[in-house]
Parts: sequence; structure tokens; C-alpha cells
Amino acid sequence: MEFGQMVAQLGEGMIVTVEIFFLTLLFSLPLGLVISFGRMSRHVPLRMLTKIYISVMRGTPLMLQLIVVYFSPYYVFGMKISASYRFTAVILAFALNYAAYFAEIYRGGIESMPVGQYEAAQVLGYGRIQTFCRIILPQVVKRILPSITNETITLVKDTSLAFVLAVVEMFTAAKQIAAKDTTIMPLMAAGVFYYIFNLAVAAFMEYLEKKMSYYR
Amino acid sequence: MKYLEMEHVKKTFDHLEVLKDISLSVEEGEVVSIIGPSGSGKSTLLRCATMLERIDGGSLSYLGERAAWEENGTCIYAPKSELKRIRKNYGLVFQSFHLFPHFSVLKNIMDAPVSVDHVPKAEALERAEKLLVQLGLEDKKDAYPYQLSGGQQQRVSIARALALQPRILFFDEPTSALDPELTGEVLKVIRELADAHMTMIIVTHEMQFARELSDRIIFMEGGVIRQQGTPEQLFGNPDERVREFIGKFQM
Repeated sequence: MEFGQMVAQLGEGMIVTVEIFFLTLLFSLPLGLVISFGRMSRHVPLRMLTKIYISVMRGTPLMLQLIVVYFSPYYVFGMKISASYRFTAVILAFALNYAAYFAEIYRGGIESMPVGQYEAAQVLGYGRIQTFCRIILPQVVKRILPSITNETITLVKDTSLAFVLAVVEMFTAAKQIAAKDTTIMPLMAAGVFYYIFNLAVAAFMEYLEKKMSYYR
Repeated sequence: MKYLEMEHVKKTFDHLEVLKDISLSVEEGEVVSIIGPSGSGKSTLLRCATMLERIDGGSLSYLGERAAWEENGTCIYAPKSELKRIRKNYGLVFQSFHLFPHFSVLKNIMDAPVSVDHVPKAEALERAEKLLVQLGLEDKKDAYPYQLSGGQQQRVSIARALALQPRILFFDEPTSALDPELTGEVLKVIRELADAHMTMIIVTHEMQFARELSDRIIFMEGGVIRQQGTPEQLFGNPDERVREFIGKFQM
């Protein structure tokens, strides 16, 4: 196969990989924050529930979670699973899984905030939501950025797990070509792509960190 | 007019009675200093007065409006909306400043008036700039807290509290986190506020300062007010324990 042809075929998979990546972040970053609230709630059943959720999501393979999310509409609700649900299931499973990790990162950041910030805000008359949005969250984001970068880089590589639901992302595409043409070139090309993608992710996160380095 | 009135206030932390039946009232324009050994309950008293801690007994009111009171042996606080209004009566300056590190000096001062009190931005800016000049910080308005000395940070936090135009200003050991060189600039600001008849309640270890500035000094020990009076009364002829305490600081 021509090199150009190979790249074109990989390219399609690449788009799917990028889609999984961005959609997962789009849903899991806010969801993680919500889960971290549950994890820190004064309400004991809610706190326990989120704790179990996080424990299961972190303690079982993402690959298994993909399968469970894909098949549960059929096994639990008896619904017919359409082919178009496959991609949705991938995003759903990734978002649910990454949200659990992000929740713990948010919690670490929020709990590291000095109580004086809350007290100063309270005496100045800020309400609870205002205090969180204006005073706490911006500082938390700065603190957790390095951990978020770590998770995000892992996510780039995890996207290849979508193959279990037969969603053809880049790594699947590379394997197919490699098997057909009995060459490892496509796999190497895929490796280069993941690496470049992660260089870009790291550069972007570094840019964010720099942007927030105007205070200490 | 009684700006602050605390009656029979009690506070217990895990069976440890930190405040035992404290009554304190402060008139408009009065400057009251609270002194006493550490663990005497001074800071807890201030935290209870500013509602950072809940009192377990007694009552608390500002300008005649009740914030907390006792009913059938338990302490009840006014509804949230009322507390919000009552809180506007006072400001608090912390020992370790607690400035917002991600806000510039100007924003630290302006943000609460704008986003809490909904003061128009132009007016809040005018207020903030006036305060910056008053506190000698006009060239620091775009700086961030980490770029300032402790004394400057504490002056910003005083400006931040004043920007909401409170009637009473509480100080919780405002110079304890500063080295002696920087203490002076903060004391000077507090002195200027006293000259302008700001009502203030100051927990401090600066005996000389308290003596010069206060209308009344309160000596606390073991969760009670052991002695109180004018500086002359307290420094002139105190009981043995007070004399011993003050003596230690005047060496």
C-alpha cells in the first residue's frame, strides 16, 4: 500500500480518536466536579454512594466498563441496541470513568484550600456559591492543573480501548492495515501520532499553567 | 448607640468551655482592646462576634438587631437573610490577612462591594482608590498579594474590609504575623482610624499600643473577662494577675 493511502486510512481513525478525546473531556470535567461535591457532601448516603461509584470506576478495567455500558440497555431494559449506539456508549463509558478520576483530583484541590479563604469571603458577605465560583474554584484550578494534565495524557492513549465496541479509532485502523499488509509501519505511524497529540496536549496545558502563574 | 452587644455568651469546643458567660457591649465610636494570655478565649470571642463560630449560649446583637439569642436553653440564630444584613455592620481583619491571592490589590478591595453589595463599578473604584491613598498603597494597586510585604498585605486587608463601609471593625491580632519593623505601619493605620472615630474591637498583644489608643481595655483569662476599664484604670492599679501579665510584656 502507498504511504499516502495508509495515512489517509489512518486519518479517518485519527478523527474518531480526536472526537473521543474532546467529547470525553467535555463531559467528564464538569461531571467530575459534580461528583466531587457528592464525595464531600455532609449528606452521608450521598457521600457513600459517590465513594462507591469512584471506587468501582477506578477499580475495574475501563475495557469492561465499555462493554457494560454498551450492553446494559439490552440486559437491563431489554432495549434493542442499534449500531449507532456504539460511539455513544464509548463516550458515555469514557466520561463516566474519567469523571471519577477528575472528581478525586477536584476533591484534593478543594480540600487543600486554606479555611481562611472561606472565612474571609464569609465575613465580606459572599454567598456560598459566589465564594466557590469567585474565590475557591479559580485557585483550585491552578492547583490541580498538573494532575489534570496527567489524566488528559492518559486519556489520549486510552482512546484506543474503543476497539472493544468495534469503533474504528486510529489504533484499530492501524492494526487492520498492519494485518492486511503484514507491516508494522502503520502501528509506528500511529505511535508517532499519539506522541505528537500528547506533545500538543502538554504544550497547551503548560500554556494554561503559565497563564495562571501571575500569582502564587 | 450600642453598636455591639453580647450577653452571657458561652462557647464550648468538645467539652472545653472556651467562653464562660461573657458580656460585652461596645458603643458607637469606642475603641476596645482585648488583651490576655493565649488560650484565654480572646480570638474565640472575636470569632463568635463575627459569626465565624456559633455561640452555644447567650445573645448577640448589632445596633439593636438580634443575630442570636437563647430560647429554651438552646441558641437560635436569625434567618439567613437577616444575618446577611447584620453582617454588613462589621468587618474583620485577620491575623494572617487572608487576601485573595488571585486578585490584584485593587480587585481585592473592589470585588466585594461590586459582587456582594452591587455597588456600581465606577463608585467602587473611586472608593478603592481613596482607600489606597489613605493607606499609602496607591502605587500597589496592580500588584498581587504575594508581591507585597506583610505590612502592605495587612493594610490591603484593612482596605478590603473598609471598602464595604462597616460600622465596626474587628482586628484579630493584626500585627502578630508581622516582624517588628512592619508592625508600626499597620498600627499607624489603626491609629488613624481611631482618630477618625471608627468603632473598633482589637485583640492584640501590643500593650503600649492598646494603652495609647483604647477607650477601654478588656483583660481576658480562662474564658472570662477578668478586668476591664480605661487604660489608666487597667495599667494603673490592676489586680495581681493583670499586673503580672502586663509586666511580662513591658520588659
